[in-house]
Amino acid sequence: MQTRSRVLPAWLAGAVALLSLLIVAACYPAVSAGEIIRFEGQWLPQLGLNFTLRLDGFAWMFAMLITGIGFLVVVYARYYMSEDDPVPRFFSFLLAFMGAMLGIVISGNVILLSVFWELTSIFSFLLISYWHNSPAARDGARMALTITGIGGFCLLIGLLLLGNIVGSYDLDKILQSGDIIRGHSLYLPALVFVLLGALTKSAQFPFHFWLPNAMAAPTPVSAYLHSATMVKAGVFLLVRLWPALSGTYEWFWLVGFAGIVTLLLGAYFAMFQQDLKGLLAYSTISHLGLITTLLSLGSPLATVAAIFHMANHATFKASLFMAAGIIDHETGTRDMRRLSGLFRFLPYTATLAMVASAAMAGVPLLNGFLSKEMFFAEAVETHADSILDRILPYVATLAGAFSVTYSLRFIHTVFFGPPPVDLPTEKPHEPPRWMRFPIEFLVVACLIVGIMPAISVGPFLHTAVVSVLGQDTPEYSLSVWHGVNLPLIMSAIALVGGAVLYFLLKDYLSSCEDGPPFLRNIKGQRIFERVLVEVSWRWARLLEQRLGTRSLQPQLRWVVAVGFLAGLLPLYLSGFEPRAFAFSGIDPTFAAIWLIGICLAVGTAYLAKYHRLAALVMLGGVGLIVCITFVWLSAPDLAITQLLVEIVTTVLILLGLRWLPKRTEDSDEKITLQARFRRFRDLALAIGCGIGMTFIAYAVMTMPVPDAIANYFLENAYTKGGGRNVVNVILVDFRGFDTLGEIAVLGVVALTVFALLRRFRPAADSMDVPEQQQIQDRFDEESPNRSSGDTVRDYLLVPSVIMQWFFPIVITFAVYIFMRGHDLPGGGFSAGLTLSIAFLLQYLAGGTRWAEDRIRILPLRWMGAGLLTAVATGVGAWFLGYPFLTSHSRYLEVPLIGKVPAATALLFDLGVFLLVVGSTVLILVALAHQSIRVNRQRTLDAEKAKEA
Amino acid sequence: MEIILSIAIGVMTACGVWLILRPRTYQVIIGLSLLSYAVNLFIFGVGGVKTNVPPILSDDVAISTLTDPVPQALVLTAIVIGFATTALFLVVLLASRGLTGTDHVDGRDDRK
Repeated sequence: MQTRSRVLPAWLAGAVALLSLLIVAACYPAVSAGEIIRFEGQWLPQLGLNFTLRLDGFAWMFAMLITGIGFLVVVYARYYMSEDDPVPRFFSFLLAFMGAMLGIVISGNVILLSVFWELTSIFSFLLISYWHNSPAARDGARMALTITGIGGFCLLIGLLLLGNIVGSYDLDKILQSGDIIRGHSLYLPALVFVLLGALTKSAQFPFHFWLPNAMAAPTPVSAYLHSATMVKAGVFLLVRLWPALSGTYEWFWLVGFAGIVTLLLGAYFAMFQQDLKGLLAYSTISHLGLITTLLSLGSPLATVAAIFHMANHATFKASLFMAAGIIDHETGTRDMRRLSGLFRFLPYTATLAMVASAAMAGVPLLNGFLSKEMFFAEAVETHADSILDRILPYVATLAGAFSVTYSLRFIHTVFFGPPPVDLPTEKPHEPPRWMRFPIEFLVVACLIVGIMPAISVGPFLHTAVVSVLGQDTPEYSLSVWHGVNLPLIMSAIALVGGAVLYFLLKDYLSSCEDGPPFLRNIKGQRIFERVLVEVSWRWARLLEQRLGTRSLQPQLRWVVAVGFLAGLLPLYLSGFEPRAFAFSGIDPTFAAIWLIGICLAVGTAYLAKYHRLAALVMLGGVGLIVCITFVWLSAPDLAITQLLVEIVTTVLILLGLRWLPKRTEDSDEKITLQARFRRFRDLALAIGCGIGMTFIAYAVMTMPVPDAIANYFLENAYTKGGGRNVVNVILVDFRGFDTLGEIAVLGVVALTVFALLRRFRPAADSMDVPEQQQIQDRFDEESPNRSSGDTVRDYLLVPSVIMQWFFPIVITFAVYIFMRGHDLPGGGFSAGLTLSIAFLLQYLAGGTRWAEDRIRILPLRWMGAGLLTAVATGVGAWFLGYPFLTSHSRYLEVPLIGKVPAATALLFDLGVFLLVVGSTVLILVALAHQSIRVNRQRTLDAEKAKEA
Repeated sequence: MEIILSIAIGVMTACGVWLILRPRTYQVIIGLSLLSYAVNLFIFGVGGVKTNVPPILSDDVAISTLTDPVPQALVLTAIVIGFATTALFLVVLLASRGLTGTDHVDGRDDRK
């Protein structure tokens, strides 16, 4: 099972990746012909937000990299992940990431692009923190998410600005409006925000520090996300928006500065890393800086080089990461101070790694050489005359030399020299055949591209370049030999200089601390953490201390006060005048009823503190008067429901009363002046709200009812819904989906109550057993032929017998209410409540034990059945080709009864009915059971005390 | 009719607001119940106040005279959900009383 569960997800993920790869590949003929494959689905067209996908040459190239390298990474991870790792989670995140990344490259709408952009940040977070037991993984993941998340937010702002300038979020439209965008006053803010997004994602200075920390992720993740794909999203976006944004002085300075600094710093830092993956991470940063620098130049030729280098870097860096993963896997360490002489153990892997790092260093006949040569050629050219432009050739050569140094170091330290001593693992050996395959494949690709660029990669690159540059596509030649020219001389200087530098630094590097000298102590990470602590802890604490409160009353007071003002303000602004109250036409009976109701409501409020039972009785009285009001004002359905709910609510609160503490008027201490003031303030607030509500209610009720949707329902209830009770038809038919949501909420609440009560620790009873009952129990104990509790039971004998006999009657009544619901007042809700009251009566009549000995109600099953029935009714419509929850009604001829209306809505109502029964019974029974539990607990405690 | 109903709504709102601002959990739960009566009646009242014309179709009553069924449908589910939330709140307050030993809404008696 263990191995199976490890292999199966890998197969599945691999199959998905391979299939995507094939689909993307199949699009090539159309894409290479210059066609843009588009799919457009409406999402929120009012906001200009559509689910638009577009695949052009550049997107195609990226999609191939994503799916292709994705597939190789899956193959590699199949062997890399250990048996203890929860592999399904890993592969599902990886696939999700792949989907999000593909989404970025093929989005045709910039808002959609930003959505996918965020998704890659989230999945990157989940993948970095995959080994979430390690604090480094958690910290790294959090940092990556914070940085790229903030970047993503900035990007969204930038894209919104762009969309605002152009008047459309459609990518094609934005790309065509380059001149408008560059000339617009909002160009600079839009550029800055887009760049913040792109530069954070691509780990460019000064946001580069998250990437080395992200190396706490499993190596396949590092290979895939943090070298080949996700970090490329930033430069991808720069290329994508290149036609729209580039070519200005601001672009050159902002992008160029970030790129050049990153290029140099990344390479410099990479030399001094002791962790293999750290070296590769900084090298990735540096190479991304190279791409960014190329893009900053604003020349079409530089853009060609940038696109070419993206693909090249992805191939050699992914293979190097995988090789580093193998070394880590086999030796148990990635520390270069401990690794040495591994060539004799891992000859194949070593050879592959050597070729890949030669590509990274830019050695001729490998793909890295070609794009680096193009970079050097562009560095020499003058683009925008400035200091940045003039130093570029020197910076480029220096960074090239550094990259030779770290590549050499990687190979020389790890594979050559004396055999390693005291490695964490026993003798390392070559990994399984197929674990090496992805590396082999990528390294062969490096070689083929490096030797025969024009034949192998030429056409694809051309397709990609044309799709970005269009008319501006420059003449360029992909060949290994261009004759002796300045770039070649720069390459030679870099190669020789880098090698010399390595041999000078070798001894220092083999023992030095992690990180470059001097700069070792300045860590972006530490600054980041300090800022994070400052903002999310100190400032937050300060604000909380100043503004927060943990006590409920002030919070509620604010809510009420703000609510009051929010109600008052619009009335005041719109010049509301209370119309003269019309006292004519008042029905005296109705007035008298509500006079009682008002007295009861005030009484409830007054008594709720010290006389809970009285308050509850009065509350019930208010409920009954509300119920009468519903009857009076033509709402029979509401009246029924209100009445039934009143019963269950009262029983519910009665059940809970016993656990509330005893509180009598003389038990409270003296009322302070402060408390008196608080009460006065609350009273004023309450009266203010009451008066406000009176005015608003009166105003609303006396306003002529506009001809809204009511007539639609009234007219169509019978013809379309097949029922005469319009309220019921609305609930189960027209607005069935709402009702489905509501019964789901009901079920969720019932389950929550149930779950809360499972671990419930009731407080001590607030009262002793009543005196009368004590006397009765004593009598029982004294009489020889009576057992304790008999009298109590006999005491309610007559009512309980009546209640038991009521059982079938109430059930029949429930069925009756249910059946007539579609045409007359009734329906699933009220029938469900009625049936639960039937059950409740049995509990009341005989006690929990007695009832459960006789009927076993399984409320959870009722609820499940109800929800399933309701959903199944809705789904049923699909099979007949109608939208979810479409209902159908007709009359059936039933023998003896005659014509019976039968609508599928009735089935839906049955679901409502079942769920209401289940939920109500579950809540009440769960609470009732607590009393038994208390008794049981008390008996156990007494036994324990006796034993002690 | 309208005036009585709106005064009733106002009084119930005032009582409910007063109660939810009190420190004892039981007062709050009763206050919420009163508030929900007020709100339900208010929503119901939005549809207009008519007597003897329930939204039940029959052949001898003109459709246009019937009362608005939409607020009724809204309120019907609100009543049932109101029961559920009352139950949830009751259980929470009982659990809080069991855990903290007090029925103060903050789980501890007034700051001293």
